[in-house]
Amino acid sequence: MNPQFVTDYPAVEAKFHLGERVRVRQAAPLGHIRTPFYIRGHVGEIERLCGSFPNPEELAQMRDGLPAQPLYRVRFRQKDVWPDYRGSDKDVLEIEIFQHWLERA
Amino acid sequence: MIERSHHDMGGRPAGKVKPTEHDYAEWERRVDAMAVLLGKRATVDERRKNIEALPPDAYDRMAYYEKWIISLTQTLIQRGVITTEELGRKMEEVKARKR
Repeated sequence: MNPQFVTDYPAVEAKFHLGERVRVRQAAPLGHIRTPFYIRGHVGEIERLCGSFPNPEELAQMRDGLPAQPLYRVRFRQKDVWPDYRGSDKDVLEIEIFQHWLERA
Repeated sequence: MIERSHHDMGGRPAGKVKPTEHDYAEWERRVDAMAVLLGKRATVDERRKNIEALPPDAYDRMAYYEKWIISLTQTLIQRGVITTEELGRKMEEVKARKR
């Protein structure tokens, strides 16, 4: 899968492929976390590889965030995320999530 | 353990969003300019970390650029660009100008 943006940081290898089902890790560390609480534990599928970027959790602590982490756009079904969702079954929610927050579902 | 930080409120009941338009005040423009000029001396992630560390009541009460100036200041202290003593003295000096 080609990344949407090519960067030249030393990076962790991208391990998920297009359409692969992934679960967001259930974790509650301290600090600056860009994975929203409400999506943790949910399963979605890889919509694209955005590129590899320095880890913002590390950047927030004044470190260089390297090696860069692959960032994916992950697609979730709204009905899966919100138990009382009243919209169409086809509605989706897309969130950009770094690889270290994802595992194979 | 902190299960969920206060700022991470997506999906919590909150009522309707009421959008309002307003012109930026001069100090707000200055805060924005300062953030740009500081560049990598205060990364966006450090600034976000410091905004997210605000106590919940302050987080809810403060305006957007108030959060920015607090987080910029925290970042500069954490990095040793300014000291708390310098900041405290300067703030007293500025206050005294008004009198």
